[in-house]
Order: sequence, then structure tokens, then C-alpha cells
Amino acid sequence: MKPGYGEVLLTEGDPRLAEDEERLVAAFRRELDAGMWAAVPTKDAASGRRQGLMVHDYSEIPPEAERVIFFPRAAGG
Amino acid sequence: MLLALLALGLLAAALLLPAAMDAVRARRAGSRRTGARVPRERLSVRDPGRERRAEQRARELLRSCLNGEEWAMYRELGFIRVAGRTIVRGAGEGGRAADSDRAATGVGDESPAPAGAADGPHRAGEPGEPPTDEHSYAYLVYPHKPIVAYEPATRRLLSEYCVEFPDLSDAVTGARLPDSDDVLAKWMALTGDEQRLLRDANMHLPGRQLDPGRVRRDLWRLEEWERRRRRSAEAPRG
Repeated sequence: MKPGYGEVLLTEGDPRLAEDEERLVAAFRRELDAGMWAAVPTKDAASGRRQGLMVHDYSEIPPEAERVIFFPRAAGG
Repeated sequence: MLLALLALGLLAAALLLPAAMDAVRARRAGSRRTGARVPRERLSVRDPGRERRAEQRARELLRSCLNGEEWAMYRELGFIRVAGRTIVRGAGEGGRAADSDRAATGVGDESPAPAGAADGPHRAGEPGEPPTDEHSYAYLVYPHKPIVAYEPATRRLLSEYCVEFPDLSDAVTGARLPDSDDVLAKWMALTGDEQRLLRDANMHLPGRQLDPGRVRRDLWRLEEWERRRRRSAEAPRG
């Protein structure tokens, strides 16, 4: 999510393919290094309820995740 | 005679030369200043539809992430409610005092529950679960306004958490997230890591930025909205 623009697609790929995963990891690191927060929208299998999952490392992304959303880190307003 | 006129002409030219050079210098400097007044980068034309398109994309993204009830709430009321998930330490003076400390500092131990949220034996909400009277507190999330913590059981307002998601890479333009992206960022941070968001926010007593009367009105609107939804869900079809 980019201020002034909304949703911007950074990169996409299949994490099961080595080449794609390399690109996904690089994009993930680049965004976190730029000070962004990363979250994965998840759905509880039992209750069906949705929530966000904050991730701090690429390895924390659930395998079934379809997307990772980056947004500017929070600051006191 | 001719010699005298020539000498006079040379004298006049010598006298006028410095003044002419000053005029030329002034004109050149003037044109430079004029150029500086209108930088090239500011000549770019602003796209009036950009923000509208960004908000449309943001709404789609928000809809795809929220629970159905939350999306309907945002679409119809303009805000969403998120159940507080921090487990509040038990009732009693000890717990209450600890929470008062947190209310004063906005930081502290591992459970930065809203000020005043430890007045009874409450349980924390499950992820994304609508709060019930059993929950100690919940939040109202508005776009580009503070997050308001309140007690669902009593409708008592607890605190305001002023938080924003600024674009640090482009602080000059001061661009901000579209409304729906701001709500989504708050929702993900609250449901994903409530404590971290509260630590980064500035906590104030209710009424600092939002009119408490308006918030109470929104709580009433929310109750009415839920009552209508329950009634329509229970109504026999046919």
C-alpha cells in the first residue's frame, strides 16, 4: 500500500520455484529494509474468521499465503 | 570641430558604459530569479483522478481481507469495530493500578490494554471475533482518525490511540494512504500485533481529537445496525 497511490503490485511468483522464490525473498527484504511492515491476511480454518498476521521474516509467511501486504510502519499521530 | 565632436562622443560612451553593463547584469539576474520561482518539477500536472482510483483499489483490497460483517460495517457506517485481544489481568486493585500506570505512560509491560479496561473479569477476543459483553474492550477504527478503545458492555470510552502510517520515503509531498488502506493497515496491525501498534501510537484520553459525543453516536448507530442485521437474519424467508 503506497501513500497517494493505493495498492501497487511489487512482484509475484510461485514460491515453490527456486527462481521465483529468490525474487520474492529479495522483494520482501527490500520492503522491510525500507521500513515497511509486512502482513498476511489469513483465515482461521476452524472458525472461518479473518485476521492479519504480521511477519518479520520471509520464513514466517504461511505456505498457503496468497499475498503479502506491505504498508508504512505506524507512528504516533 | 570634428575632432571636438569625436572627443565628446568618446566621453559620452565612457560615461554610459558602466550604466549599460549594470542594466544587462540586472536583466540576466532577473531572468534567473524568475526561472527559480517556477521549478521544473512543479510544472507536472496533477492527476485529479489518481486519488479516486487509488481509493477504489484500496476498497477492493480491504473487502478481500475483512470479514463479511466488518466489510458491511465499513461500507454502511464508515468505520469498523475490532475486538481487543489482550488478556487483561484479573480484577482488583492491583490490576487496576497497573493499568493506570499504563494509561499514564502508554508503554509498559506485555499487556498494554486500554486504560480502565481491567475493571472486571474479562476474556480476550478471538481473532476477528465480534466483541460480546464478555470482552473487556474493543476498538472503533476510522480512516485517518484515532483508534478509539471502549467497553462494549458499558459503551464507556477508554482512550484514543493516535496513529498514522506516513510515507517516510516521500515526506515532502505529505502523501497519505487512501482511506480504505488506512483502515486496512490499522485492522491488520490490530489483529496481527495489537501490542506493537499500541506501543507505537500516542495514547490520549477520549476527546483529544474525536468528539466523544460523535463516538457515542457511532456506538449507538452500530448497535442499531447490528439489531437490524439480526432481525433481517431471523426474519422468515418466503
